[in-house]
Amino acid sequence: MQLFRAHVLVCGGTGCTSGGSQEIRARLEREIQANNLENEVKLVITGCHGLCEMGPLVIVYPEGTMYTHVQPDDAAEIVSEHLLKGRIVQRLLYKEPMTEEQVPHYGDLPFYKKQHRVVLSNCGYINPEVLEEYIARDGYAALAKCLGEMTPEEVIEEVKKSGLRGRGGAGFPTGLKWSFCRNAPGEPKYVVCNADEGDPGAFMDRSVLEGDPHRLIEGMLIGAYAIGASEGYIYCRAEYPLAVKRLKLAMKQAEEAGLLGDNILGTDFSFHLHLKEGAGAFVCGEETALMASIMGERGMPRPRPPFPANSGLWGKPTNINNVETWANIPDIIRRGGEWFASMGTEKSKGTKVFALTGKVQNTGLVEVPMGITLREIIFEIGGGVPNGKKFKAVQIGGPSGGCLPESQLDLSVDYESLTAAGAIVGSGGLVVMDEDTCIVDVARFFLSFTRAESCGKCTPCREGIKRMLEVLDRIANGEGKMEDLELLERTALVIKNTALCGLGQTAPNPILSTLRYFRDEYVAHIQDKKCPAGVCTNLLTYSIQPELCRGCTACAKVCPVGAISGEIKKPHVIDTEKCIKCGACMEKCRFGAITLG
Amino acid sequence: MSGCACGNSGPQYPELEEILARYAGQRGALIPVLQEVQAAYGYIFEDAIVRIAEALGIPATSVYGVATFYAQFHLKPRGRHVVRVCQGTACHVRGAAKILAAVEKELGIKPGETTEDLRFTIEPVACLGCCGLAPVMMVNDDTHGRLTPDKVAEILAAYE
Repeated sequence: MQLFRAHVLVCGGTGCTSGGSQEIRARLEREIQANNLENEVKLVITGCHGLCEMGPLVIVYPEGTMYTHVQPDDAAEIVSEHLLKGRIVQRLLYKEPMTEEQVPHYGDLPFYKKQHRVVLSNCGYINPEVLEEYIARDGYAALAKCLGEMTPEEVIEEVKKSGLRGRGGAGFPTGLKWSFCRNAPGEPKYVVCNADEGDPGAFMDRSVLEGDPHRLIEGMLIGAYAIGASEGYIYCRAEYPLAVKRLKLAMKQAEEAGLLGDNILGTDFSFHLHLKEGAGAFVCGEETALMASIMGERGMPRPRPPFPANSGLWGKPTNINNVETWANIPDIIRRGGEWFASMGTEKSKGTKVFALTGKVQNTGLVEVPMGITLREIIFEIGGGVPNGKKFKAVQIGGPSGGCLPESQLDLSVDYESLTAAGAIVGSGGLVVMDEDTCIVDVARFFLSFTRAESCGKCTPCREGIKRMLEVLDRIANGEGKMEDLELLERTALVIKNTALCGLGQTAPNPILSTLRYFRDEYVAHIQDKKCPAGVCTNLLTYSIQPELCRGCTACAKVCPVGAISGEIKKPHVIDTEKCIKCGACMEKCRFGAITLG
Repeated sequence: MSGCACGNSGPQYPELEEILARYAGQRGALIPVLQEVQAAYGYIFEDAIVRIAEALGIPATSVYGVATFYAQFHLKPRGRHVVRVCQGTACHVRGAAKILAAVEKELGIKPGETTEDLRFTIEPVACLGCCGLAPVMMVNDDTHGRLTPDKVAEILAAYE
């Protein structure tokens, strides 16, 4: 095996790729060759490092130097300075947003310090397109351990001991789910991976699929062995082209290496894996809808029971877990259930990956032990709210989750605490909102999403969500009444209690949680006809500050309805009757004379 | 369904027949077949629905039902370039509505519509999963992130 004195890791995740990381890789390759370093320095394209905000990222080992916002033109300097002369390129280092201090080492970044990476341990370290790199990081060792030393029952026991719960949202104990399917009568049995990550604001599964696809395959193989399944499906959403490509490649590599197919590792165990691409329906993340879609039907949920463990794909026992759940399995087997259970809280074990986005300094993926506080995630890892703005709320768990205010930030992040507070762990999307975000608008946003994605099968979800949205539209337009708040609460509870599937039952959560914590803001819209955050356009008026206006006429020219008048070089005025509140004048004004209030 | 009135023998839609032949006898083939037909022809045309139903031994209404259930399938021709403007939560709080408005203004069409010259189709999407780059849009398979409304025109101009 050839040894290299340095490794240059270029992030090939979706964020960095769109920032030009392929071009950076090509330029680095050229520079490495031009300096005759190809036998000393190895260039690797990796999966996502998580700190998407700072991308494109390039990391040089053995030092662990992280370069941020790298441009193709920086390639020459990185090679000639760092790789040839051993001098760090200071200007590309990460700077602490608060202190402006440069942080040369990857591991010293506050963003990574508080994290504990299990599921993401290989993301950003290995080339996801090379099977050997996964194996070099103990990949497939857990599978070998299962097939060689453990009975299927022992595997299930180990998973039960770990306390792992489903990472897709509901948090059902994984080991228990497996045992139901193992004990259910019927052959063949199926295992399914739910990779239909549809929650807006969540991309943790995407990063595992793109950055460490073999981890998922190994997890599914172990599950199939434990349950007694001979066939499996990965249902991946079609909006993730890179994930689909890397999965297909990884499956082919595993087949060629004898890790998928008949008589795996020379044993009696056989397992065939298929990839199904979704066709764009959020409701397919619900397990019975997902199975309908795999079978080529409309992806509509059906009542449970029967549960998939008894009657799933083609009426056979089927076990469905999501990507992150499967991805935890190899480490649980290799390091033991007790090791996993040593992390987290009493009822929520292990780590959880969160997608930290919105109005936060360091957007990206973070993996933390369960039980950490929201404050630690948002302020210590995420670096807080940018541009000196004030924190207002954090939305957790996507369209099924809730908005939590400042007062709930010291809450422990685990299944029970978040549910009690009116949110859910869900898939793990954390969207931070600042004072410029309107809570009524956010509730409307989620409701328009669930309304559009409702499959229409059951009445509470199909009609109820539509009615709630109408009420919210009224409130946002300044036509709301105080009784509307009660109507919202009553409708929300009916939908919660009577909808057919998880999508409908959780759709009212954004309304209920915002009414609980931000009632004042609804009242301001209804009674004062004001949107405190300045978002709901029907409650705002544009006006020109005469002392700032130079009379340049730019605004009058851009106004599509001719609502602005005035003489040249004299202050202009907006006719609020004519104004359609498009905001074009405000964008055009170079003197900041147009205000919104 | 083989041959048309023009007198030429052989199937009218050879690519469709080739796709159907590859999936013959497979369970749950309908969605992948529709995906491939759409990739080959750009949309799901009426004759294809009838022919797929016949080949898979299911009613044409079921094929139509599936094709209209999923957002990915289109029963009308679409533009050469599909502009997917992300409307996810992270993009929403970082101004996605303004990006969509800029795309609409630039192309003169509404979401879900196609320009007359079949150059562009606008397709709002719930989340593209690259929230770190919000607000984001994709043109075909290219992701464009950290957008501002004034960048839109230049990006679109690159797609002929």
